[in-house]
Amino acid sequence: MAEFILEIKHFNLFYGDFPALKDLSFSIKEHTVTALIGPSGCGKSTLLRSFNRMNDLIQGVRTEGEILFKGENIAQNGINLVALRQKIGMVFQRPNPFPLTVRDNITFGPRVMGEKKADILEAAVEKSLTRVGLWKVLKDSLEKNALSLSDEQQQRLCIARLLAVKPEIVLMDEPCSALDPIATLRIEELMLELKKRYTVVVVTHNMQQAARVSDETGLMYLGELIEFDNTKKIFTTPSQKITEDYVTGKFG
Amino acid sequence: MTPKRSEHIALGLMVSGAFLALAILFFIIAVIMIKGLPHITLRFLLDNPMDMGRAGGIFSTIVSTVYLLVVSLIIAIPLGVGTAIYLTEYTKEGLITKIIRFGTECLAGVPSIILGLFGFILLVIKLGFGWSVLSGGISLSIMILPVIIRTSEEAIKSVPASYRDINKVLGGTRWQGITRLVLPSAAPGILTGVILSVGRGIGETAVVIFTLGTSLRIPFSLFDSGRSMAVHFYLLAREGISMNNAYATAAVLVFSILFINILSYYLMHRFVARRR
Repeated sequence: MAEFILEIKHFNLFYGDFPALKDLSFSIKEHTVTALIGPSGCGKSTLLRSFNRMNDLIQGVRTEGEILFKGENIAQNGINLVALRQKIGMVFQRPNPFPLTVRDNITFGPRVMGEKKADILEAAVEKSLTRVGLWKVLKDSLEKNALSLSDEQQQRLCIARLLAVKPEIVLMDEPCSALDPIATLRIEELMLELKKRYTVVVVTHNMQQAARVSDETGLMYLGELIEFDNTKKIFTTPSQKITEDYVTGKFG
Repeated sequence: MTPKRSEHIALGLMVSGAFLALAILFFIIAVIMIKGLPHITLRFLLDNPMDMGRAGGIFSTIVSTVYLLVVSLIIAIPLGVGTAIYLTEYTKEGLITKIIRFGTECLAGVPSIILGLFGFILLVIKLGFGWSVLSGGISLSIMILPVIIRTSEEAIKSVPASYRDINKVLGGTRWQGITRLVLPSAAPGILTGVILSVGRGIGETAVVIFTLGTSLRIPFSLFDSGRSMAVHFYLLAREGISMNNAYATAAVLVFSILFINILSYYLMHRFVARRR
């Protein structure tokens, strides 16, 4: 039985006076894919960005409650944010590789963390690209500019770039919204592959995606967590009326 | 008047205005080339001026000009780019940024003759640098600083915000993000600003004549005085020493600016292409 890697306890987040997240409590198991769904503006991305404190960049953000990462409260002040973000990495909506070569994109993270040895960097390139299924395709074109890759490859590269800093949790903020349906399916397969080594939390608008890839699903609405349960249960026998209405497409 | 007719008239006025502006540029360049080109020889470029510029070449003024520009860029680039980084990456918009920006605008509006006088009083006299490459370089750097700040700021602002986010996600510090992502991406824009300021600096006389001096020897140390091409041209023409050599100097000046511009565009495009 996998243990909880993230425990959210009575977590609130305010933009100024506006409560964006209201009293959230749930836990995420290690080596699972957790999907956060809900209509636009419900706070799912805000919640995701709370896990690696990316909201700190926004002025006027204030939080209450706890988020425990392996037992340590990461929502409190005085946390080493650089170390936290290395452990809890994030993939964004649009593929956004740096305008550098494929190799330099992957080695960027290890380098800023001070790794200088060429053999270790090379190993990181191979390992990360292998894990996202790009190694065979790109091993002979590591000097290629990353921006010349296809959208899907770029998004895979962005995931590989993240894996190179050895995260434990991979947060994905609608990682397929800029991709075509076939690329989307392949990235979903990748998520299933990734959960063997990492814990994946994905925010998505796409309910089929949540149903296909996730083990557990949370439905958020207006800053509240309406229901958090086994994905199968959420999609077949939800306990809340709102959940049923949302997953059957009656609103949202 | 029908709307269509006024449209035609407006278009006609704007097109002729644009052509007039272009025509003035070509006229100026043509006059300088016609009067100057016949007197430009290899010896003119490589000989030092003799008889106050009546004879000989302009080698020492070329050296002075390059030396002066290099010194002013060494001072202005770190200051200007540093200011731009501070304004865009390290502060939130507020009173301080407003004051700095307003100050920069004011500095850009100071007439160059005032900067020349300032340099003369403070650097040449008070600090005792004398007429020298150092005095000239510092004064000129003050003049080009606003251009470098402004263009660098715009260049840095145009770097996608996502780079900074990902840099954070990958565990990079703000400074690492700046040196490894922001500055390389902004480099073409910053380079454009530097080129623009070189273009302004190379033709500047008022600042330079008071601070670099007008000596015709080749400056070696930072404390040697010299005479820039623009000043040389000014003195040759104003004192009626040699109009032929004045025009030839002007032609060299115009060619240098043209060359610098073309070279910079070439470098910029290569740089941008490599990163695509």
